[in-house]
Amino acid sequence: MPQSKAGRVAFEPLLLGLRRIPELHGVARDGDSLRIGALVTMTELMESALVRAHCPILVEAADQFASDQVRNVATIGGNVCNASPAGDTLVPLLALDAEVELVAKPNGLLTGRRVPIGEFFKGPGKTLRARHEIVAALRVPIGVPGRFMRFFKLGSRPALDISAISIGVCARRDAGVLSEVRVAFGAVAPVPLRGRATEAALEGRQLTEAVIETAAAAARDEVHPIDDFRASAWYRREMVHNMLKKVLADAT
Amino acid sequence: MPLDQEIEFTLNGGPRRVAVNPEMSALTMLRETLGLTGTKYGCGEGECGACTVLLDGRPVNACLLFAVDCDGRELVTIEGLASDPVAGRVQQAFVEYGAVQCGFCTPGFVMQAKTLVERHLGADRNAIARGIEGNLCRCTGYRKIIDAIASVASAK
Ligand SMILES: Cc1cc2nc3c(=O)[nH]c(=O)nc-3n(C[C@H](O)[C@H](O)[C@H](O)COP(=O)(O)OP(=O)(O)OC[C@H]3O[C@@H](n4cnc5c(N)ncnc54)[C@H](O)[C@@H]3O)c2cc1C
Ligand code: FES
Ligand code: FES
Repeated sequence: MPQSKAGRVAFEPLLLGLRRIPELHGVARDGDSLRIGALVTMTELMESALVRAHCPILVEAADQFASDQVRNVATIGGNVCNASPAGDTLVPLLALDAEVELVAKPNGLLTGRRVPIGEFFKGPGKTLRARHEIVAALRVPIGVPGRFMRFFKLGSRPALDISAISIGVCARRDAGVLSEVRVAFGAVAPVPLRGRATEAALEGRQLTEAVIETAAAAARDEVHPIDDFRASAWYRREMVHNMLKKVLADAT
Repeated sequence: MPLDQEIEFTLNGGPRRVAVNPEMSALTMLRETLGLTGTKYGCGEGECGACTVLLDGRPVNACLLFAVDCDGRELVTIEGLASDPVAGRVQQAFVEYGAVQCGFCTPGFVMQAKTLVERHLGADRNAIARGIEGNLCRCTGYRKIIDAIASVASAK
């Protein structure tokens, strides 16, 4: 609504309310995945026993999201469709290898498709979603239990702040060795970014100080942030480096 | 000019039927259509919490809510808390602790504080401070507001 009032987004001639569609609500286990309905709010993410058990990184992101009043209405589907490079659930969803479940009803027939979240974002506010499609759910594979997961958000104050940078890390940890490492960054590129070079620097390795430094340096080199009123590009790069070190220190 | 839409919802415990413009916010509906001006307009973009109301029991920003989206739901405004015992204790504590100066933020704080007390956070000041992150006050500096809420939350 603020975006419409500020003239950035025009109201469509047709407003569609999705709230009464039951399939868009709730979190459920579906085989090897969690299906998180598009209308699940930040508060509901924090309260869901399934999300707490399998995707604590999403709970961390929801907990640092805006304010109580906003968390009670902001949906995960809206956050994904909004496609802000700083969108706080997008970084955890990338680190979790989530899929976006899209549905459409072009001529009376319900059709659906699933898109890996890494392919979904095309630019600030731009996604692969076609005009006639809605996001029905986010699907998150349930990985092995006990994985390391951490979301870190840097802002100038704790509440109601858009991330200057954010970092998400998910990895298996067997006897100190990391595998299936996923690292994602927010607010450092036009879209939320998978840190492939950072992941490669960590995969199969023991988290020694040298490995952490190499990974943090790789992260600094692979992000490409912009200067804006929240932070300069230089500051963002430095913070990606320093804060990734901090996050990885917790994984040792 | 879009046509008005007829909606029905529960407002402060009683049924309400009203015709609203589809682009109208719940805040505008409350203040301008229904004349309930206790809910304040501070920023219009979810930052200040002056417009906090309870939607199906949860605090939300009325300025970010479409009026049409109230259809079939339950809305409580500060006027609806007039005889609510918890809100009454919160109000009394705000007076005792000097947590009100200009008063513009107070209805929003009382709405939010009532739900915090009901969530049994106890007198944990950090939890209270986090609970009021979505409410801005330009006068008091928050300390007295937190004191007031803590006093109610810890008295059982
Ligand atoms: C005060 C304030 C603070 C905020 N703080 C944060 C923050 O800390 N972190 C953060 O990431 N974001 C933040 N935001 C941004 C916003 O709240 C989030 O992006 C939120 O998740 C949007 O969800 P929504 O349900 O309100 O979506 P809406 O705003 O209702 O929708 C966003 C867009 O997506 C479309 N859309 C929504 N759901 C679907 C669907 N299922 N299928 C297809 N299209 C859909 C809508 O038509 C609209 O164009 C903040 C916003 C405000 C106003
Ligand atoms: S008027 Fe709604 S949050 Fe400020
Ligand atoms: S008392 Fe004036 S804004 Fe809070």
